[in-house]
Amino acid sequence: MSHIKVQTEDFDIGAEIAALTAGRTDIGGIGCFIGTVRADANGAASAVIGMTLEQYPGMTERAIGKIADEAAERWPLLGCTVIHRVGPLRPGENIVLVIAASSHRQAALDATAFLIDWLKTKAPFWKREDFADGNGAWVDAREADDAAASRWS
Amino acid sequence: MSEPIRVLYFAWLRERVGVAQEELALPEGVGTVAALVDYLAARDARHAAAFRDGRTVRCAVNQEFADLSSAVQPGDEVGFFPPVTGG
Repeated sequence: MSHIKVQTEDFDIGAEIAALTAGRTDIGGIGCFIGTVRADANGAASAVIGMTLEQYPGMTERAIGKIADEAAERWPLLGCTVIHRVGPLRPGENIVLVIAASSHRQAALDATAFLIDWLKTKAPFWKREDFADGNGAWVDAREADDAAASRWS
Repeated sequence: MSEPIRVLYFAWLRERVGVAQEELALPEGVGTVAALVDYLAARDARHAAAFRDGRTVRCAVNQEFADLSSAVQPGDEVGFFPPVTGG
């Protein structure tokens, strides 16, 4: 039921929603979240000119699969898609796509928020930012992300 | 001779150790992640630097999140990495 992909290339949001809903008439609501690269790093003095996403190949798909399974246990989902990009990305580019479909909006919206909140704290990805001044740094985990994830526990 | 273990490093741990992965025979008496970290950190300056701030190191055994008390056996894959920052 869940469609999970880790890829370097961009994703087509319309095509992914179309694939999720093709031939179905039982879906009544679709939640969607898209994470993109921001140029203003948290607290950094210099602008972000690029970002590199590293993953733990194999474990990422397993971890996202478990998060999707958890979502399907908590809400009556009719489909879910998670696509996460890896490799070099520039400001404005897409990083992650989460889609959750259900018969009603509340389950679709809540499951979408749950999926991205857990993905941010339970899937093995790491961001490295490149700054305009020539420096680069691995992004630190944020307590706000832990707090967002823990509200679902 | 028992099966070696595979140790993988990610993000700044990979940069500090200098390799993305290495294979090694599980040393005598090393049966947990904590013991493996102590063993690796004592190997050389690069490993010591990677594990210097243990509180910011997370791990997985056979691609499942684990902790310092988790068991490590011959043939296992052990990954070390900072707290995740995807999404």
